[in-house]
Amino acid sequence: MSLIRIENLARHYVMGTETVHALRGVSLSIERGEYLAIMGPSGSGKSTLMNLLGCLDTPNEGVYELNGENVARMTDNELADIRNREIGFVFQSFNLLARSDALHNVELPLIYAGLPPKERRERARATLANVGLGDRMHHRPNELSGGQRQRVAIARALVNSPSIILADEPTGNLDSKTGVEILGLFEELSRRGNTIIVVTHEEEVALHSRRVIRIRDGLIAADEINREQRAVVGGAAVALSGITPLFIA
Amino acid sequence: MSRFREMIEMIRMALNAVRTHVLRSSLTILGIFIGVFSIIAVMTGIRVLQSNLESAMSGLGANTFQFQRSPAIHFDDIDWEKILRRRRFFAANMKRIQEKSTLAQAVSATASFGVGEASSKFARTNPNITGVGVTPDGFITQNWTVLDGRGFSEADDTSGRRVCVLGADLAEKLFPLGSPVGQSVKFCGISYNVIGLLARRGSLFGQSRDNFLAIPLGTALRLYGQSLSLSIQVQAPGRDTYQDVLEQARGAMRTMRRVEPGIEDDFEIVSNESSVGQFRDLTSAIRLGAAVISSIALLAAGIGIMNIMLVSVTERTREIGIRRAIGARKRSVMIQFVAEAILLSEIGGVLGVIAGIAFGNLICFLVQAPPVIPFDWAAIGLGICSAVGIIFGTYPAWKAANLDPIDSLRYE
Ligand SMILES: Nc1ncnc2c1ncn2[C@@H]1O[C@H](COP(=O)(O)OP(=O)(O)O)[C@@H](O)[C@H]1O
Ligand SMILES: [Mg+2]
Repeated sequence: MSLIRIENLARHYVMGTETVHALRGVSLSIERGEYLAIMGPSGSGKSTLMNLLGCLDTPNEGVYELNGENVARMTDNELADIRNREIGFVFQSFNLLARSDALHNVELPLIYAGLPPKERRERARATLANVGLGDRMHHRPNELSGGQRQRVAIARALVNSPSIILADEPTGNLDSKTGVEILGLFEELSRRGNTIIVVTHEEEVALHSRRVIRIRDGLIAADEINREQRAVVGGAAVALSGITPLFIA
Repeated sequence: MSRFREMIEMIRMALNAVRTHVLRSSLTILGIFIGVFSIIAVMTGIRVLQSNLESAMSGLGANTFQFQRSPAIHFDDIDWEKILRRRRFFAANMKRIQEKSTLAQAVSATASFGVGEASSKFARTNPNITGVGVTPDGFITQNWTVLDGRGFSEADDTSGRRVCVLGADLAEKLFPLGSPVGQSVKFCGISYNVIGLLARRGSLFGQSRDNFLAIPLGTALRLYGQSLSLSIQVQAPGRDTYQDVLEQARGAMRTMRRVEPGIEDDFEIVSNESSVGQFRDLTSAIRLGAAVISSIALLAAGIGIMNIMLVSVTERTREIGIRRAIGARKRSVMIQFVAEAILLSEIGGVLGVIAGIAFGNLICFLVQAPPVIPFDWAAIGLGICSAVGIIFGTYPAWKAANLDPIDSLRYE
């Protein structure tokens, strides 16, 4: 069974008399442990797909099965619980709580999961240490660099051991060197068996994934295996080879 | 998610939120504070007076009432001329009541005959000692306990003996070392033989009620003339017969004073119960005023809370989006904001209760009464604060909970 199976997923927005078709019927399967990039020009529907995959939004049409369960029919509470347990979000603009320190930010999903304070503190500490911020636990977001903030966000996404990590333009607000570091972190997480979906419009970022899905005008234009994936070695990107088309719409 | 843990977490978050906007929060808190303070201060003050009053209003015993010319408690609008035109009570009146009140257990009469200086061979007092004349049954009707020696006998009264009993404070002053019984006391120029010492009665409204000397009423009438103004006390054997005794004695009094049927009494009947009742009537206006002021203040403060919470929800739209994205249910967001509203309200409430109780108890110094902590009013005050928080916090919280997570995350 696939981790994610979507079929003919459609989402439109009604704005006054106009209807914007953000997704026009997308079908896709994603297996556990994949490292996948969703690419496409601005306005092509990447974020809309991401929000649907992350259960922040529900489709107007189509099927979305996560771990074999049909998400499209879930109640608001069930969706909240799925987001809490199964999904870890990483955003372009970090989206950390400005008034809370790194530790509390990472603890937050565990609070909503109902873990006792001691346990969640321990897990948050361990996760922060894992992303290399063991010495920044009590810094607030404005006392951290952009890269460090994104690491806190990644730790928050990881702390509940979710099935999928969803990152929407995670390097969009970072300089290229820091961006590469974050991509290195994703690679490391992927090696450890995490399922990662990265939304991006930068080829450079997509090169690091093992599969690239290209979206245009709310439809999948291509679904390709990236055979010779670019790896980050010692914090620097090393180009290996190109991309082999798997499927062209 | 465990409810208890969730509550703790919500309170922590709420505290954090209140702390970040100290000034804005304080203004809202001030409104609640005023509302709670005014009601608690007034209720505490009244409670202090009332507990003092209930313990000892007129100095009467249980199931006892007293005939007197003027009311026990009065406002300014009393018709003093009418009161002063009323005839006084004389010893003959008491005799008659004694005869006619077949149901009564004890009938007595008292009269103050002077205020002055008292002295013994050891000491002398300020000229502020009250002298009262009392018939033998006055010990029963006024609930006097003889600690040492004895009370008055019929013979003391009828033959006008120059004997006296002393209140505890006066006895202490005049006879600091030993028992006063058997000693001699001089009051307003006349010597009396001390035959008894009374148990302490304590103070009422800051005045000692043990700073007096009592002599038989017969003695007082002989020394100071038959025209002394008497009060007449009647004691019923029990609660069940009280009303009958009262009606019987009242009827006798009306006949004696030739009050035509249908005309109101030309005298007052006072008892502990009626005094407390009168006090309640008197204070109900104050109570109502306090309730109105506090309701207005709380309403204004509630609207303030709603306003501040709506601003807070808008400011924290993004935070709400983040929380929803990482798995907060609508209910959790709702609870978070309601908790914040309750916390704001309760901070004002707790401060208001504390300050109100402290302020209300200032009256203790005036009347020298023990302080009172009105737990019921404190609980009511805090309960109202929670209600205000819930009522005025629910709409903003509902708004927060129903924000669209995606829109909230994009909010700048
Ligand atoms: N909440 C919304 N209301 C109306 N239109 C929207 C909304 N969200 C996205 N859209 C529209 O849907 C299309 C796809 O948007 P989006 O998924 O954000 O694209 P991308 O992330 O690829 O840039 C765009 O045309 C966008 O304007
Ligand atoms: Mg986008």
